[in-house]
Amino acid sequence: MTVLNRRTLIKIGGAAAALPLVGGRAFAQEKLKVGFVLIGTPDDNGWNFGHDTGRKYMLDQIGADKVETTVVTNVAEGPDSERVFRELAQQGHKLIYATSFGYGDYVHKVAKQFPDVKFEWATGNSTAPNVSLYNAKFHEGRAVLGTIAGMMTKTNTLAYIGSFPIPEVRMGINAFAIAARKVNPEVKVKVVYVDSWFDPAKEADAARALIDQGVDVITQHTDGPAALQVAEERGIVGGFGQGADMSAFAPKAHLTAIIDNWGPHYVKSVQSVLDGTWVEGSVWDGIASGEVEIGKYNEKIPADVVAAAEKVKNDIAAGTLHPFAGPIKDNAGAERVAAGDVIDDGEFWAVDWYAEGVEA
Amino acid sequence: MTLDLIIPIIITLVGASTPILLAGLGELVAEKSGVLNLGVEGMMLIGAVITVAVVLLTGNHWLAIVCAAGASAAAALIFGFLTLSLSANQVATGLALTIFGTGFSALFGQPYTGKAVPLFRSPFPPELAADPVWRVVFGYSPLVYFSLIMVVAVWWFLQRTRAGLILRAVGENDLSAHSIGYSVIGVRYLAVAFGGAMAGIAGSCFPLILTPQWVERLTTGRGWIALALVVFAAWRPFRLLAGAYLFGLVMTLEVYAKAAGGGFRVLPSELWAALPYLATILVLVLISMRRGGSSSAPACLGKPFLPTG
Repeated sequence: MTVLNRRTLIKIGGAAAALPLVGGRAFAQEKLKVGFVLIGTPDDNGWNFGHDTGRKYMLDQIGADKVETTVVTNVAEGPDSERVFRELAQQGHKLIYATSFGYGDYVHKVAKQFPDVKFEWATGNSTAPNVSLYNAKFHEGRAVLGTIAGMMTKTNTLAYIGSFPIPEVRMGINAFAIAARKVNPEVKVKVVYVDSWFDPAKEADAARALIDQGVDVITQHTDGPAALQVAEERGIVGGFGQGADMSAFAPKAHLTAIIDNWGPHYVKSVQSVLDGTWVEGSVWDGIASGEVEIGKYNEKIPADVVAAAEKVKNDIAAGTLHPFAGPIKDNAGAERVAAGDVIDDGEFWAVDWYAEGVEA
Repeated sequence: MTLDLIIPIIITLVGASTPILLAGLGELVAEKSGVLNLGVEGMMLIGAVITVAVVLLTGNHWLAIVCAAGASAAAALIFGFLTLSLSANQVATGLALTIFGTGFSALFGQPYTGKAVPLFRSPFPPELAADPVWRVVFGYSPLVYFSLIMVVAVWWFLQRTRAGLILRAVGENDLSAHSIGYSVIGVRYLAVAFGGAMAGIAGSCFPLILTPQWVERLTTGRGWIALALVVFAAWRPFRLLAGAYLFGLVMTLEVYAKAAGGGFRVLPSELWAALPYLATILVLVLISMRRGGSSSAPACLGKPFLPTG
């Protein structure tokens, strides 16, 4: 009997530990109240850090006299998030940013009940009259990283630590692999999914497993520097920061970083609500508009590699290079994109295969 | 699979197993005295953040571990005061301790996020661990050797000493132990404090062995695995050791199998993650079948001691 109780309680305990603290703010009727719902905390040095930096930039640009923000951290993707969205809406927030893919169902549910509240769902895939989408073309940045990795690797084995096999992550892997194989056709990319956006110990173990199996360049699509620290400790060629510069954690291994720059979007979107011009829509910008930036290059990267990376970056910005330009084969050898064709923004979300060279 | 791969797998799995082993040992002793403390996850987080703070301030790993043990033991004593002296519900108080530990560590840890922590490396000269085979023996952090010594120490204490016998008596039949003159509450305080100290040291493993940084919720649920592990081990130290390494093996094989690709990917990810819990349920079923329905849990586990009631 004790044991049975205990099993159940362990589960309840897990849920209770995940309860976020909803922060209330002082009332100020004339200010626009904006809510930010984060899956982790702003000090993760990655995804959540990027959104919080964007929020601060927005506050600076628009002014704390016109807008006030509430940040709710550690909100799990799932039913718990619905309560958070509803509470924010009830507390008078007129614009709510849901900054993770897995909030989608709950955003839509709450949005129906609060038609005068605007919701923006980061990396989402369906809109409603008061639900817009915003996203960044991280895969453009991945193409730059792939170029560096393909040229720098000595073992021709690259790694990609992913969170979940959702379209965005899968296409990041494809962009990375395609770019790497363009500069080095021998390259293969090993993929490990850790089934979490945040589990530093598991990310580190995944990095160890990959390095033990011959990987010498690691990239990751999870929210912290854990894998990069293992790369530093093991002294492999290197890895990349995700979301923000992480060179403080791995001065030797940190080759460069993809930096998320949400600030300009937040300014535009908050301003449109203040002006009453906000409309349902979908924003998806990349390197060209500055939403995706490439960080500083590590000194150890040879000049020709930097030049090649910069060329990829500039060509993508100029529109002369598409990260998914054909011909592209999948990892079973079938041709998926013909020469002269590209995977356009609409087709992007339906891709369910991995590019040639990916072991996933 | 070659030796080149087996050795790194062993080294990684020892790292993954050590925190759940340490936390499990502490919880085992507390539960043997009759106290169920569900605050392991919270105490581990307190230990982890104190470790990071002390290492970054002083550079001394041993001092950091002692401070982590002390801080988590202090948190456990708050739990002890509420549940033992005030007879509060142990389950609810333990959950509150986890929530407190999560919040406290997040607040206290703010100045330390974004900083790399120096690893606590093997105490043996590097030449000893240079050969890959000897690395399996000499290549670990001192915390790993400490955890193994503690398995033997806890077993010896519980099975071979008078004090251990008293502790077990208190956990099995508190009224009898009380009636022959032992301080039930006093014994339980000590056991709870020991459990806290061990959870704190388990927390130290995260920044010192596994991932040298501080970030909120660093332990991501390993404390709950440690709780399951105690049940899995049927409250026996050596079975706890085997269980910890089995759970560690499952966690490690998952990432190595995924990295290897090909035929090693037959099991879906979700199943890998659920395996430690499925194994615990299976063991519980087996234990209850063998003993005609009774579990091997200490008889007074989770019950408040009310001698006058």
